[in-house]
Amino acid sequence: MRLGSGLPLLALVAAAILYPLLFGSPAAINAGVLVLLFASLGTAWNLLGGYAGQISFGHAVFFGIGSYTSTILLKEAGLSPWAGMLAGAALAALAAVLLGLPTFRLAGHYFAIATIVIAEIAHTVVRNVDAVGGARGLFLPILPTSLLNYEFHDSRLPYYGIAFGLYALALAATLLVERRRMGHYLRAIREDPIAGQSVGVSVLQYKLAAAALSAALTALCGTFYAQYVLFIDADSVFPLSLSILIALTAILGGAGRAYGPLLGAAVLIPLSEITRISFGGTGRGADLVIYGALIVLISVAQPGGLVAFGDSLRRRVLRPA
Amino acid sequence: MDIVAQTVASGVLLGLILALSAAGLTLIWGVMDVVNFAHGDFLMLGMYASFFGWAVLGLHPLAAVPGVVVVLGAFGVLVYLAVIRPVLRGSVLAQIFATFGLGILLRGVAQFAFSADYRQIGDSSFATGSFAVGPVHLGIPQTIAALGALVVSGLLFALLDRTTVGTALRATAEDRRAAELMGIDTGRMFALSWAVGAGCVGAAAGLLATYFPIFPDVGAVFGLLAFVTVALGGFGSVGGAMLAGILIGVITSVAGLVFDPAYKFTVAYLLYLVVLVLRPQGLLGRA
Amino acid sequence: MSPLLEVDGVTKHFGGVLANDDVSFRVGEGEILGLLGPNGAGKTTLFNCITGFLRPDSGRVHFAGVDVTGRSPSRLARDGLVRTFQIVRVFPDLSALENVLIGALLRHPPVDAARRRALAVLDDVGLAGRSGMRARDLTTAERKRLEVARALATDPRVLLLDEAMSGLNPREVADAVALVRRLRERGLTIVLVEHVLEVVMPLADRVVVLQEGRTIADGTPAAVSQDPAVIEAYLGSRFVVPT
Repeated sequence: MRLGSGLPLLALVAAAILYPLLFGSPAAINAGVLVLLFASLGTAWNLLGGYAGQISFGHAVFFGIGSYTSTILLKEAGLSPWAGMLAGAALAALAAVLLGLPTFRLAGHYFAIATIVIAEIAHTVVRNVDAVGGARGLFLPILPTSLLNYEFHDSRLPYYGIAFGLYALALAATLLVERRRMGHYLRAIREDPIAGQSVGVSVLQYKLAAAALSAALTALCGTFYAQYVLFIDADSVFPLSLSILIALTAILGGAGRAYGPLLGAAVLIPLSEITRISFGGTGRGADLVIYGALIVLISVAQPGGLVAFGDSLRRRVLRPA
Repeated sequence: MDIVAQTVASGVLLGLILALSAAGLTLIWGVMDVVNFAHGDFLMLGMYASFFGWAVLGLHPLAAVPGVVVVLGAFGVLVYLAVIRPVLRGSVLAQIFATFGLGILLRGVAQFAFSADYRQIGDSSFATGSFAVGPVHLGIPQTIAALGALVVSGLLFALLDRTTVGTALRATAEDRRAAELMGIDTGRMFALSWAVGAGCVGAAAGLLATYFPIFPDVGAVFGLLAFVTVALGGFGSVGGAMLAGILIGVITSVAGLVFDPAYKFTVAYLLYLVVLVLRPQGLLGRA
Repeated sequence: MSPLLEVDGVTKHFGGVLANDDVSFRVGEGEILGLLGPNGAGKTTLFNCITGFLRPDSGRVHFAGVDVTGRSPSRLARDGLVRTFQIVRVFPDLSALENVLIGALLRHPPVDAARRRALAVLDDVGLAGRSGMRARDLTTAERKRLEVARALATDPRVLLLDEAMSGLNPREVADAVALVRRLRERGLTIVLVEHVLEVVMPLADRVVVLQEGRTIADGTPAAVSQDPAVIEAYLGSRFVVPT
């Protein structure tokens, strides 16, 4: 157990360092950034969806809050994107608590629909309010390359590094939660909230905590995205398709497992790139077909995702014939 | 004032179709406690079926409606057997993922096979134009479609209320255990709920296709609106869904008039949240 | 000595029925109280009202002298009032140890300490050998015992057991009764909802009988079993308390 828990982390760090050394092209680095970004997003989602069992199909709303908050503060008040990132995270956490209070008592399906609806409302509003850019979106000011400016124009490698940092943060949060009381309580909440209440688990409190943490981490990713692409609009940061992709990385990889989302992202991002390249213009349809088929297969055959699949493989391999 | 009457009228027309589609959704929900997240995409499929019936077979879309009902009904049973029944034993999470994934899959297939182009059924042999009822002008295709929806809804009510099968369905919805004890084959009822539910969606789709553009994402908004309608009407209540459908149709129509048209559906979405938080049982639903 | 748990005039309409009608009784510290009554008498609804899962329409509940009416179940658990469920609610996919761990975490937030406490409690109830098994794979009797263990891990002052003996064979019932007696010797106060008269009557210090939402008797088992109203409503014929 001791050696086991250290090994994946070591392998992870090693792989993260080796990857850009082996594949240095801008396209490859970009792919790496995307994998790490979605791994972070999926890991953040996992805290609420996987561990607490509250399935959200509207997480893009926190991504959008993060990216718009830091961008607006940068453009209007000249606030450093790093500070703006923290502000975005705080705002997202607050939003999560305010939204969670009335909705967490809704049963699974109704809650999931509520999350879709909330994100759609945010999407529509932001797209139509000119004060935040409206349909035109917001262009970030081009500033000289520097860590302070959170902008790098000569190479994408620094972005890769920050993306890895984001993932490390999300993973650390997950591992910490897993090992402490909160992690156990969340599992109890997911299994049977009423039984949990009878032995002292304050269900709402813990769900709100998970939601706030999940939202904050998601918002950090939103700011990163804004600084990476230097342009944001409602359609790129609030859409349902993004919420679905975020949930899918965790579900595919293994909801409720710490490394699940990383696995999911490592499979989905390359898949999405391949379908885009292979099918050209109609690539959009093909990746949806694959995503959809994957989700259905997982839910029918192996709801635990790739991680659970790996578990059963390991069991079968290790079991004496 | 005339504009308001006009808006309300066209809202009612669309609302009747929405009501029918929501009836299908709530039927499955009521009988099995399963939410079909792919509901909107079922509608999309039905619309494409109607389109190809017209484009390839030369079928008048109104004549094609029974065909679409059958096709979608059969598809519903297939989905139940292949996807729903296996995940019934699993967690609620797995059930949510299953139909959600199905919806994405259907949308992707449509995009891949038919491209994202907008299609429309229409040629000169069709009824077009509008007629006046007092100060209000109603589009003829919309009115015919709405009347069609009324007819099918009436048939649905007759099925549920007057037939043995319908009563068995309602019994299963009310108390599964008791229904089992009465000798009702709940497995068959589940499959039937999908057949009838999907059939309703098919009817709505076929009627809608007579005038509404057809494209892969058309199910997205209609799907969400159907959820809003079911929530407002009360989960599991077919009558509630029908009433709520008309209401939502009017609300979205009027919202488009009062606010920026971009917020038409936003108002309906807000209504969903308000209803769920303040009156979870909706207008006519059980707890 | 003031009673540890006081139920005063609790009334609750539930599902269109008057499930509890002005129910009152007291439980002293260290007592075993039996709550009897036919199906539909309102016993579980009463439990739900006492433990915060339902809010009574009127009436009050006092715990250790404090008015706790309407407090949430988790708050009451923290106060020391814990219940089990008529249909066992263990965490099915967690191991037996993890189940009890959830309970232990209430008083022992550090996971290691909670784990040690959980192991001790499991040993106490005789489930030490099952600690690694998934709860859904245990027998009914073991799952009921696990639920009790999880409740015990919270160090309660009062334990409300809802039909803990139903579905058990005579040997399992005897084990359960022995456990209840052992718990009382440690100072735990216990309220038992039960059907099985032969089990409750010799075990309980006092018995309250409910019928159609109302209390129809409140006294020692011997006295209650002689009460004509109880006999007519429930016992059918003169019932002799086995010694």
